[in-house]
Amino acid sequence: EREKHKGKRRNGDRQKNERENQRRKRPSKLVQGIREESQSKTERRERSRRRRRRAEHETSIHEGNERERDQTRAKSTKSKKNIKNEKTRKLEGKEDGEAQERSGKGKLKLVCAKNEEKIESGDQLKEKEKALGVKKKKKKRRKKPETSEEGDDEEEVNNDGEVRPELLSPEELEKLKDAVDEKKKLIQSLRGKPWPMKQKLVTLRESQLFVEKYEGALGKGKGRKLYAYKVMMTKKWMKFQRDFENFKTACIPWEMKIKEIESHFGSSVASYFIFLRWMYGINMILFGLTFGLVMVPEALMGRPYGSIPRKTVPRAEEAGAMDFAVLWDFGGYAQYSVLFYGYYNNQRAIGWFKFRMPLSYFLVGVGTVAYSYMVVIRTMARNANESGIGDDNSFNFSWKMFTSWDYLIGNPETADNKFASITTSFKEAILEEQESRKDDNIHLTRFLRVLANFLVLCCLAGSGYLIYFVVRRSQKFALDGLENHTWWERNEVNMVMSLLGMFCPMLFDVISTLENYHPRVALQWQLGRIFALFLGNLYTFIIALMDAINLKRKEEKVVKYNITMWEASLYNGTGSENSTAPPITIHPADVPRGPCWETMVGQEFVRLIISDTMTTYITLLIGDFLRAVLVRFLNHCWCWDLEAGFPSYSEFDVSGNVLGLIFNQGMIWMGAFYAPCLPALNLLRLHVSMYLQCWAVMCCNVPQERVFKASGSNNFYMAMLLVILFLSTLPAIYTIVTIPPSFDCGPFSGKNRMFDVIQETLESDFPAWFSKVFSYASNPGLVLPFILLMVLAIYYLQSTSKSYKEANVELKKKLQMQNEENKKKNKQAALKAQMDLEEARKMYHGRNPSLSAGDREPQFSARGPGPRNGHNGNHGNPRYLPGFRQQSEPRMCRVPSLERH
Amino acid sequence: MGTTASQLPKDSLSEYQELTFLTKQEILLAHRRFTELLGRDERNHPNPRVPMQVILTLPELKSNPFKTRICQVFSTSEDKDGSLTFEDFLDLLSAFSDSATLEIKSHYAFRIFDFDDDGTLDHSDLEKLVNCLTGETEDTRLTSEEMRQLINNILDESDIDKDGTVNLSEFQHVISRSPDFVSSFKIVL
Repeated sequence: EREKHKGKRRNGDRQKNERENQRRKRPSKLVQGIREESQSKTERRERSRRRRRRAEHETSIHEGNERERDQTRAKSTKSKKNIKNEKTRKLEGKEDGEAQERSGKGKLKLVCAKNEEKIESGDQLKEKEKALGVKKKKKKRRKKPETSEEGDDEEEVNNDGEVRPELLSPEELEKLKDAVDEKKKLIQSLRGKPWPMKQKLVTLRESQLFVEKYEGALGKGKGRKLYAYKVMMTKKWMKFQRDFENFKTACIPWEMKIKEIESHFGSSVASYFIFLRWMYGINMILFGLTFGLVMVPEALMGRPYGSIPRKTVPRAEEAGAMDFAVLWDFGGYAQYSVLFYGYYNNQRAIGWFKFRMPLSYFLVGVGTVAYSYMVVIRTMARNANESGIGDDNSFNFSWKMFTSWDYLIGNPETADNKFASITTSFKEAILEEQESRKDDNIHLTRFLRVLANFLVLCCLAGSGYLIYFVVRRSQKFALDGLENHTWWERNEVNMVMSLLGMFCPMLFDVISTLENYHPRVALQWQLGRIFALFLGNLYTFIIALMDAINLKRKEEKVVKYNITMWEASLYNGTGSENSTAPPITIHPADVPRGPCWETMVGQEFVRLIISDTMTTYITLLIGDFLRAVLVRFLNHCWCWDLEAGFPSYSEFDVSGNVLGLIFNQGMIWMGAFYAPCLPALNLLRLHVSMYLQCWAVMCCNVPQERVFKASGSNNFYMAMLLVILFLSTLPAIYTIVTIPPSFDCGPFSGKNRMFDVIQETLESDFPAWFSKVFSYASNPGLVLPFILLMVLAIYYLQSTSKSYKEANVELKKKLQMQNEENKKKNKQAALKAQMDLEEARKMYHGRNPSLSAGDREPQFSARGPGPRNGHNGNHGNPRYLPGFRQQSEPRMCRVPSLERH
Repeated sequence: MGTTASQLPKDSLSEYQELTFLTKQEILLAHRRFTELLGRDERNHPNPRVPMQVILTLPELKSNPFKTRICQVFSTSEDKDGSLTFEDFLDLLSAFSDSATLEIKSHYAFRIFDFDDDGTLDHSDLEKLVNCLTGETEDTRLTSEEMRQLINNILDESDIDKDGTVNLSEFQHVISRSPDFVSSFKIVL
């Protein structure tokens, strides 16, 4: 029973298609009619049989329509009705009795109808067609987006326009809605179509007209107004979005500058400036946080300068506190200002709206780091999404061919370089392909590589030791008092670090020639080594700083003891005479104070940033600008060609500059907690270097000889940034967690640890239950399982992603297999078709030699609608029913697949 | 700037925004650059065409090895002379813009590389393409042996149905895997 049902439904579907075909086929039907008469009696018998079958088809069409309605009404009743239909049809069949015929496959137990019945049903069908006219036209319209070149539908659409929406049934409304949605989608996707603008314009106008006309028709009664309102609002919203998008692109700074560089030097140099701009954006936010929530409130609402000891320059330093040399070292007045940790008071709430200063200070410190993590990781994830597809190496040559030209290049010199680099890359690729790793002296290369790495390690260790030594020495100098030493001795640490950062990379470059790597690999090694150097230097610096902190803390203990003695003596001196007298007012500058190690750390970082910035700018000016000027003007009176020969102009070193930027940022992250001015300084630095470097690049650099792609290394740099971020938060967190804050300076003075401020806030500012909940939540018994859970979740996610990857690979394989299979099949089909064609041609020629073969060819090959004669139409193969178009295509594919299974 | 005739009408501006990947500023900039290319008398013409030789003087296209192909592909002129109307020009900029999709970029890239306009990249197309990429000078040209090797390798990789040519879908398949096609297939005014 079920099988019957299924078969019938399929049949019904097919009939529906045929019905449409018949409408298109009318002229050929006429021809058929004429032919019929001329045919012999035996043929006529067969034909009548066929006609009967068609009649039966038509009843089933009738039924099919009904069924369609049923489906839209209620699903539950559908099956019942079908069964009923079947039953009635069976009854009919029994009445008719004589002319029963079954389809060849036996699946279709359809009952034949008499010829009279056929006419009747035909009439009915025509009526139906009229009734459904609107619907069909709509169908046509819906087809339009796909074919879109058909202009003749337009008139029908306009005629349809008179149809009142009230007259449409809900089902038809639904279809109309679909059509409108389709149009809207078309409008949205139009910009992604590779058509000429004229065609796009015409289509856009047409579809907009259509949408406007029918949008109002949708929805009834009350809903209609709402719908219209909604439509209007979406329109407005779209417009707003577009304007906002325009506004946003207009707001991006330095866009034109970067584009200019892009057109001169290609996308890789421009990628550095885009990175710089991105950094600038991040620093802008960091600056906003520290400036808005820490510095400004303290400056406006905190106690003014000179009110308490920590906010006053001590008496001993007062004389030189305004000297430029002292200020340049961030001593004197700069040290006792909002720029550094020590200036902040530990008053819990300041100002008239009780701003919680220490809490804010702490949270901003945590927030800057958290925000940076978030941004970096999000960017990395996005980059990985974009470039994750390009990991397989199967299209090495094709990519070199099709994607190696950088269309942004607008400078002939860069273009020449690009030509050369593309040629070499082609040649290299060919060579590699031909030889595929024919290393003749592998032992020598191995030895050289080990040697090179050994040398590099020596360099790293040496530079680390040098920095440690210098920092130690500077501490000795500091103990002696800075005034007794020369400028060099005072700035030794920063200078040594900068010089090492300048010369070691060159040394590495020389060493890397030993290794004989492919340039791309060599670049990565080089980057890794410079990274290690910078990191080593930074960490030696931090370790030396830790030593200094410990020294300061020892000093602090002594000072603390001295202060209590001093206070006691003070009170002893006065208290004995009159215990009720007001306490003696001592000028805050005279009060002895401890060495504030936090401010010292902040100062060190600020000095480091300043000297780093200076070295960068100076090398830029000397190394690039001066060199360019010399080469340009001395070239006239020199014995060899300076421009083409030895000094030449400098290239823009993208990787070195990016690394410098990353390390600079790392120092900011490290020091920002102790010196809130650091983000502001960095912002200034980035701003200046944006202009300076843009200018330097445009005026004195030449395009790179080997142009590397920017996109490949994007995530490499991001990963470095993440590592640096992690490594720079480590020491900061270590100091915050383990070392108690100074007793007489900074927002956390008097507390045991800096993070105690959170607990304090919880206890005094929140209701009791909250702190209770918090204390429960921070209980190790809860925290540990939570961490465990997170680890498990990570493990689970990782394993699922792994399995997805495997599934991906599997699917890829399957796709390839399928592809190959299809290809084979297609080839066979094509061969067969060709043979058939040949045969047919032969036969045709044999029968009708007057017609040329060329005329017939298109008729055979055309599967779409076209002039069909009886010969073609009655082929008997149901798959090639004439007039089968879009709707039938998928079914044609499905039938064979069903058969196969 | 200019007379009212050289200003873009507001509704067509919004239509262009709808139909291209360009922002309003970019369209206005494109219009300005385009009118600069036109002669004095041509500005009042309803739908002026700029001949290819003039378009190629744009600094953005000047050193591009595919400049003539680009003009030919985007030109809608009947006599195939590579001249561009403003709308063609917008089509060009839209396809090369930052936000254009991979599909449209790869479609136009294919048409640019298809030197003989026959819908497939065959041996001679690829050869011309290689010659474009290696520049005009003799010392950067590949030898015929290298060329043969290179083209064979390319066909090995990307000609999936092994008919000796690369068709559009094969081309798009190859391009869609490439990490840096979208970022380098850009022209910005």
